[in-house]
Parts: sequence; C-alpha cells; structure tokens
Amino acid sequence: MRKVYVDNAATTRVKEEVLKEMLPYFTEEYGNPSSLYEMGGRTKKAIEKARESVANALNAQPREIIFTSGGSESDNYAIRGVAESMKKKGKHIISTKFEHHAVLHTLEYLQKIGYEVTYLDVYEDGIIRIEDLKKAIRDDTILITIMFANNEIGTIQPIEEIGKIARERGIIFHTDAVQAVGHVKIDVEKMNIDILSMSAHKFHGPKGVGALYVRKGINLPNLIYGGGQERGKRAGTENVPGIVGLGKAIELAYENFDEKHDKILNLREKLIDGVLSTIPYTRLNGSREHRLANNTNFSIEYIEGESILLMLDINGITASSGSACTSGSLDPSHVLLSIGLPHEIAHGSLRMTLSDENTEEDIDYILKVLPEVVQKLRDMSPVYDKVKNNK
Amino acid sequence: MYSDKVMEHFKNPRNVGEIEDANAIGEVGNMKCGDIMKIYMKIENDRIVDIKFKTFGCGAAVATSSMATELVKGKTIQEALTLTNKAVIEALDGLPPVKVHCSVLAEEAIKAAIIDYYKRQGIDPTPIVGCDGDCHSCKHE
Repeated sequence: MRKVYVDNAATTRVKEEVLKEMLPYFTEEYGNPSSLYEMGGRTKKAIEKARESVANALNAQPREIIFTSGGSESDNYAIRGVAESMKKKGKHIISTKFEHHAVLHTLEYLQKIGYEVTYLDVYEDGIIRIEDLKKAIRDDTILITIMFANNEIGTIQPIEEIGKIARERGIIFHTDAVQAVGHVKIDVEKMNIDILSMSAHKFHGPKGVGALYVRKGINLPNLIYGGGQERGKRAGTENVPGIVGLGKAIELAYENFDEKHDKILNLREKLIDGVLSTIPYTRLNGSREHRLANNTNFSIEYIEGESILLMLDINGITASSGSACTSGSLDPSHVLLSIGLPHEIAHGSLRMTLSDENTEEDIDYILKVLPEVVQKLRDMSPVYDKVKNNK
Repeated sequence: MYSDKVMEHFKNPRNVGEIEDANAIGEVGNMKCGDIMKIYMKIENDRIVDIKFKTFGCGAAVATSSMATELVKGKTIQEALTLTNKAVIEALDGLPPVKVHCSVLAEEAIKAAIIDYYKRQGIDPTPIVGCDGDCHSCKHE
C-alpha cells in the first residue's frame, strides 16, 4: 500500500543530511562545550556555527539567538520574560484568539496573576485587521504577541505591518514563527520583529530543540539559573547534536527556497482544487491567498474528523484534524471556532500539510482515496441522510 | 489509541443502514457534541429481529454503535434493556477514557429506540425503561 505523509505541520521527517551532521556529536565529538580541552572547544564551535546559521536565516546577529528545547519553551520564555521585565511599564498584552496553546495558556496564566490581555479577532479569513490592533493599543501595552502563521489553517499575518506599528508605539513584538521558519522568508530587521520563536522539527530538523531570537537591547530575565550557557539566560549543558541539527536544517530549508516553495505550492493548489471539485459540501478554512504554501485545512460536512483520519490511515495516508477527538479533548478546535465555524462543522475538519518530499502521485492518491472515504462515512451518517432527503 | 477490536468494528461496522419498516427508531446525541447515533429496530413478539444503525461521530462512536447492535440483535426487549455501556466497552476490549461517553451514547440509543417502540404501542415506557431524558414530553413530575 502507498504511504503518504501529509502531516508536516505536526512534525517533519529529519533530512538525511541533517542526521549525518548530528551523528558525530553523539559518539565522537561528545565533549562538554564548556570544557577547556580541545574536544570541548570543537563542540563549542559547532554550537556557534549553528547559531550563525540560525541568525543568517533571519537576518539577525548570532548573539541574538538563544537555543531552547523547542517552540513551546520559546513561546513561554518570550511572553513570561517580557511580562516580568516590563511590568513596571504596564501589564497589558495584545494577542489573537487563535494562537497556539503554548501562547494562549501562557497568557491565561498571566491573566491569573494580574495581567490584562486583548485577544484580537481573526475573522473568517484567519487574519487580523490592522485597525483592530491599532485600537487595542493602550499606554500600558507592553507586548504584542501574534503568530506568524497559524498551525491549523496556515494563514499568514501581516507581520511587517504589525512590526511597524509596534515599533512606532515602542511596544515589544513577539511572533510565534514555529510554522513559518523554513517555510516563509523572514527578515527580522525589515519586519521589525523583536522576539521570534522557532522549532527545528517543523523544518526537517530534530525534535526537542528550538531557538528564540531576542533583539539586542531587550533584556529578558534568565530562564534557567545555573551555568553560563546561552549567556546565562538558559543554563544547562547544551543539546549539542540537536543544536547542530537545527543549524543544518535551517540552512537546508532556505537552500533553493523558491524552487521548493513553488513545487509545494503547486501540489497544494492541485490538492485544494481536487478536493473542492470532487467532494460536495466541503470548504477550505482560512484565506487561500495569505497562507503557508504547504497547508490545507478542509471542513467536510456531515462527517466527523477523527473518522476521516482513521479511515485515511487505514489507506496509508497520515493526516490530522482540528477535531476534538484527536487531541483527547472533546471541544472542537479553537482555531476553527475563532474563524466563525459553528461547532458542528468544526468537528469535521481535515488538515493535510505538505513538504518538498511529497509528489504529484501522492496528491493523485489522496484525491482517489479521500472521496471514497468521505462517501463511506457519509453513507453511515444520519446527518447526511437528512441533507439528501431535503434536496 | 484504540484496541484491535475497536478498529475492526470501525473498519467493518456491523448492521449499518436503515430498516424501511422499522417499528422502533431512536436517535441520541447532537451535532454540537460531535456524535449522533440513530438506531432502527424491527421488533416482533418482544424480540429484536433486526437492527441497523447510522452514526455521525468518531471511531469509537462507530465501533460502539456496531458492537451495541450486535449485542442486542435477536434478543428480547427485556434482555436488550439490561445492556450497559460497560458491557459494550468490555466487548470492544476497552475504550480510551475520553471515549467512554460514546459507549454511554450507544446504550442510550438502544433505550431510545425501545422507548419509541413502546410509545408507538401506546404504552408508557417510563416504568419499564426509566427516564428517557426528554424533559419536554415527560408526563412524570
């Protein structure tokens, strides 16, 4: 049976080149980067090389990069760090309704301890309105934290405009760019981004490693006290193989970027057109235009998301759903509710996220299997009966 | 996440469909929660001679519908009324905790169909089946 992996927003396959670069740092170059002997010096150098690669990819300076364990840690550190260091100036934060839970739950915690948060609407297209942002800004606003690209529906925010406003008003701008790094060209200078979160495993790097870009001049409190690693901000012996993998993965992600981007975009367009034209009662969630090249998110009415996923899995297709059931909670996706989908439709979503490793044949296979799966489930659905009978 | 038994019933659900001349139909759940089960029964001489279902819901919802219909098919109404959600879970070799509500729904769907049967016969189902949860049409204070 054909195997098709289309859950690249959840995680990606580590590229062979990345793994090859990492391997020596387990068994040969295992020296502690803080040690004085030569082997320690070599691992230290490897870390600094990776730091340069990350900085280059963002048009940042190497000293502005802090390595972390991944996206959630980066988001937590950025938001709690700014909240703590800026509390004398104010306690108001602006964000959006459809951030990742690493951001939303951090903000909820801050609300419990006395901070105020304004959550901007994201409208049906999954994009904030700049006017709303301007209106939300107060004298005591200390942080704007808005995701670069959404993890479920892939919509891309007007980051450059947000950055410009934040800069004009002297407010720190953090963006959770976990889904964007490696998939969108990012320039922290041009976009006026002050703090940016990323995670290696979203662009064919290893799991358990990420980074936080923090603009020079912004002084976050230490995240972990201990040794002097990461300039004292995050103590603890570095995850050398992981950091090396992150550095290599980000280099590769931006190599031949346009070519890969166009290839993925063409596959995505073929998939979207195919699904919408062959399966009735479907819709694409979120803006088609301002969207990650690899993201599709469909609502397939009258059937439920988890059933679709299980049925696709049986047929070798690995996808995901914004549906409740997958996450172990019974609430439908907060992202889909935030763009105005009613509960009953939010239950039936299907996210398929591509990578440059997908092929035309993969898309053809999905477009053959998915309509059959949907039909089978609809034939079983009492809700679809009513729709058919009303016609 | 699911037992082999659950997956097997999801892949090949038993008794899917409708019964045209059903004399007992029960529907439980709602779209907002993401699960709806509809059960059709053909009851003759107090025995469930045929049963079919249609379900909108997750893998567990389909599997519990399938298993519940298997468990009561051919049984008398009295036997069917003793079906518990626990029995459905056991027959499926277990369910993840967040999916236990699906088995409850399956039990309720069977009861709802039997309630419908009694109502069609002009018999008050409450003393036999118990509360059907439909507060609006309930005559019992």
